[in-house]
Amino acid sequence: MPGTITDEIEIIDAGRGGGNDIPAGGDDDGEGPGGGSPGIPQRAYFTVIQLGLAGIVMFFMALTSSFLVRKGLGNDWVTFNFPRILWLNTLILLASSITIQIARRHLHEDQRAAFRRWWSVTTSLGILFLAGQFIAWRQLAGQGVFLVTNPSSSFFYVLTAAPGLHLFGGILALLYVSHRNWQRARISQGTAADVASIYWHCMDGLWVFLFALLYLGR
Amino acid sequence: MVTHESGGHHHPPSGFIRKYIFSLDHKVIGIQYYVLALFSVFVGMALSLLMRIHLVWPSAKMPFTPGGQMTPEQYLALLTMHGSIMVFMVLTTAPQSGFGNFILPIQIGAEDMAFPVLNMLSFWVTFLSLVVLISAFFVTGGAPISGWTAYPTLSALGQIAGPGQGAGQTLWVIGVAIFCIGALLGALNFITTTVDLRTKGMTLGRMPLTVWSWLITAILGLLAFGVLLAACLLLLLDRVAGTSFFIPGGLVVTDTPIVSHTGGSPLLWQHLFWFFGHPEVYIAILPGMGVTSHVLSTFSRKPVFGYKAMVGALSAIGFLGFCVWGHHMFISGMSPYSAFAFSLLTMTIGVPSAIKTFNWLGTLWGGKIRFTTAMMFGLGFVSLFVTGGLSGLFLAQPSIDLYLHDTYFVVAHFHLIMGVASIFGIFAATYFWFPKMFGRMLNETIGKIHFWFTFIGVYTIFMPMHFLGLAGHPRRYADTTGVNFLAPLHSVHYFITIAAMITITAQLLFLFNFFYSMKAGQKAADNPWNATTLEWSIPSPPPFDNFAGHIPVVYRGPYEFSVPGATDDYIPQHVTPERVGKAH
Amino acid sequence: MRRKSGEQGSAAVAFTLATFLLIFTIVTVYLFVAKILWFPPAISQFGTQIDEQFHRTLIITGIVFVLAQLGLALAIFRSRERGQKVSFFEGNPAMEFLWTLATIIMFVGLGLYGEHAWAEARFQGAAPGALQLEVTGQQFAWNFRYAGPDGKFGATKPELVSASSGNPLGLDPRDATSKDDVVSPVAYVPAGQEVELLIRTQDVTHSFYVRELRLKQDAVPGMTIHMHFNATVPGQYELACAELCGLGHYRMRSFVNVVSPEEFDKWMRDQETALQQQ
Repeated sequence: MPGTITDEIEIIDAGRGGGNDIPAGGDDDGEGPGGGSPGIPQRAYFTVIQLGLAGIVMFFMALTSSFLVRKGLGNDWVTFNFPRILWLNTLILLASSITIQIARRHLHEDQRAAFRRWWSVTTSLGILFLAGQFIAWRQLAGQGVFLVTNPSSSFFYVLTAAPGLHLFGGILALLYVSHRNWQRARISQGTAADVASIYWHCMDGLWVFLFALLYLGR
Repeated sequence: MVTHESGGHHHPPSGFIRKYIFSLDHKVIGIQYYVLALFSVFVGMALSLLMRIHLVWPSAKMPFTPGGQMTPEQYLALLTMHGSIMVFMVLTTAPQSGFGNFILPIQIGAEDMAFPVLNMLSFWVTFLSLVVLISAFFVTGGAPISGWTAYPTLSALGQIAGPGQGAGQTLWVIGVAIFCIGALLGALNFITTTVDLRTKGMTLGRMPLTVWSWLITAILGLLAFGVLLAACLLLLLDRVAGTSFFIPGGLVVTDTPIVSHTGGSPLLWQHLFWFFGHPEVYIAILPGMGVTSHVLSTFSRKPVFGYKAMVGALSAIGFLGFCVWGHHMFISGMSPYSAFAFSLLTMTIGVPSAIKTFNWLGTLWGGKIRFTTAMMFGLGFVSLFVTGGLSGLFLAQPSIDLYLHDTYFVVAHFHLIMGVASIFGIFAATYFWFPKMFGRMLNETIGKIHFWFTFIGVYTIFMPMHFLGLAGHPRRYADTTGVNFLAPLHSVHYFITIAAMITITAQLLFLFNFFYSMKAGQKAADNPWNATTLEWSIPSPPPFDNFAGHIPVVYRGPYEFSVPGATDDYIPQHVTPERVGKAH
Repeated sequence: MRRKSGEQGSAAVAFTLATFLLIFTIVTVYLFVAKILWFPPAISQFGTQIDEQFHRTLIITGIVFVLAQLGLALAIFRSRERGQKVSFFEGNPAMEFLWTLATIIMFVGLGLYGEHAWAEARFQGAAPGALQLEVTGQQFAWNFRYAGPDGKFGATKPELVSASSGNPLGLDPRDATSKDDVVSPVAYVPAGQEVELLIRTQDVTHSFYVRELRLKQDAVPGMTIHMHFNATVPGQYELACAELCGLGHYRMRSFVNVVSPEEFDKWMRDQETALQQQ
């Protein structure tokens, strides 16, 4: 007898054959959906990314409150010239959120070539953003503003490096989605793309928040 | 028994590395965490033994003090590492990552954690953090001396602030930061697994209290460890990059002005640390509460009294745990008004804790107790939780904490609640689940001797410390000769040290029992305790995929003991209603 | 399912466990009642208030402690396996409600009551005219400073700090107001007069702790924290550091001498004279 769930439910309902311990379906040699290993429900991937984001938010909330506390403490907070490239970087990142949505739509409509194209555009925009952040750092160094120059600059470097690192992780996730061998994965490509884009959007939003904080608090 | 088929094709892992080192099996990973904790607890006990010996025999020569007696900084290094290793490597790992990993998936009817690779990673990251932490002992200057709480500016100024504050402190900060990452990864797995991988019929209301405790503990960890990670990052930058997050200006250390730092706030560290630190102590105790409820019910042959209230109390403690961190800071220079607020919230946390205690007594009352070693440690937990918790009521009031803060009264309080009650939870869990994990029974006679030595021992060690605190004995003192009013207290220290020596030695009994029984203990049946939860429906030890492909379906709650009208005094969760025998 | 081996051992274990809990409870209560080790007597009005709140808390926690431990002992003894039938119940909402309510009232009530003493010590500052006493902690000593006849504390500079050449606080000689500042390794305060403490530290966090005053306050780098007290009983009281500050934490100690106002005035005059002679 095939070992499908529907068969099991019937047996459960029937409740007959009391004392019979042998499960229906016998030896199941079947492959689960999407590949060889048993799958977990795809919704678990959405659960875990939300949880991960909660943990990341707490990390950044700690840094944010430290920023606010430190700024309010003394009058040694020195303003520096906010590198203009940061505005461009933010736009690039926002654009990447749009392109990732486009890519996802293509994937769900099974337009693989279009998906791959827009997905690479997103990845490239992400890399461009990080490059732009490096340029911003170089510009600051050119002004003589380093990590230890002043509390405001200390927080600037920390609050740009930390999201940058998380975004780098996001880029690795994007590359995973475009390069994974989907035959042998537990997760489906659609789910992976969806989960990666949730992370991406949230990192985008986090950057916008930190950018506003740094700009308004400079 | 009705099951449903799992979706796919299972291969047991092959090869020693795959099976025991880089295993993806939650059961192996759970044992790995447990062994890490077991190693760490003996290291931690050894450190405290050396501390206790030094306090009463200061001129005793130790192996690592070539030619002379232990120096004050060596004492403080032992103290710092004792606290760090015990809190992180024992109390945060064994109850949660150890037993939780092994038992949780089985208790909810899953074949493994949701993300086995992530699980394996979280163990090895934790292992790495232990290596980094311990390496602090072996660098120039030795281990740090700033306590497990690492308050700046002592922890931030570097070598100039004292021995061990150079490389040792830096390694400590890095080790703890790595630990945070491992803990976060583990929390992700626990919560996702509990939320999404429960088998058919395992509703939230039918989850054993152990699963509830692991779930809530993981939520606490998820939200707290990120904050500690941020704090460690900022401290590390202050130490190695010259920033001033926690270091104010105008400092002079040993006649040397510190000119490179200005404007930071030592209090900021305290806020960040304790925002993590208080949930951390609930992380340490909540699984023990879950195990105690479970064990008390099983061996009283009675359902847990007030299951819903127990879940509510666990949740309330977890939630309130995030609101009370300021009670560690009443004397810190923090606003006295916020002290008032924190105090009231802290007194409130006593309420769900009291509810749990009443309900444990209610579980026992009218039952039929079988005094296995697991049960005795569970009963010990209740007694210790009451004693340790009640001293908290003094400390929660700032007017009284004014006197008792940073005295041995605090040391007594947190040792009884964390260092002992929580450990009793781990012991109860060990004696309870050892048969399932290793397929053999722990020796009950040795177990009971271990229990008595430990139970009497811990009370004789820590009860006198309350009185040292009342007499005003400050904590973290390497020596009692520097302050006159400590002279009359020396005999109490002597008593405590002797008690500690005996109690720690008795733990060797446990170690022997553990390893001997693993190989030569009496073989265990599937369900030696006649318990009801799903782990007892599978062989001891379990097959690699837990249910051998036949995932159980759950029909009832987890504590159906002595149900009126049933033939047996227990009804396992997975038995279909038709197959439950009826008494005539 | 019955287990024979459980029944026989059960009574002995139950009895031993219950007895141990009973003995433990009695011994603990005795030790607290007999006050074998206790606070030294309080020397201020505020201290007496704290002691009263401590007593209130002790009584309430004592009652809960005894009831809980003896309740556990009784439950263990009563429920030992002796061939009885289990009385099956899964809860009792009425009892749950009652004891939750009782606990809330007791614990929160206790906390609210104790806020009096805290508020008095901390919500308001020192009375005007209080004696200004600055205490500075450093690794590993305390130094006290009195403002002297001009009533002003002189400027200090970190680069001038030199304990070895007798200027542990780094007093700036170019500041006129620092010339009459009296610096002393021990404190003298007049009995019955309010004293305002200005608590500072030069290096790491320390904590100013005098048991008899029931006063403890962390000295935090970068902050000057104000406390006040009024000591009524003359005597010499030991000051011990109560926040881990490094290897000498255990010996960072000094004394607060509470003397009659006349003796205090004399001591101050002697200090001023010694200053002028330098």
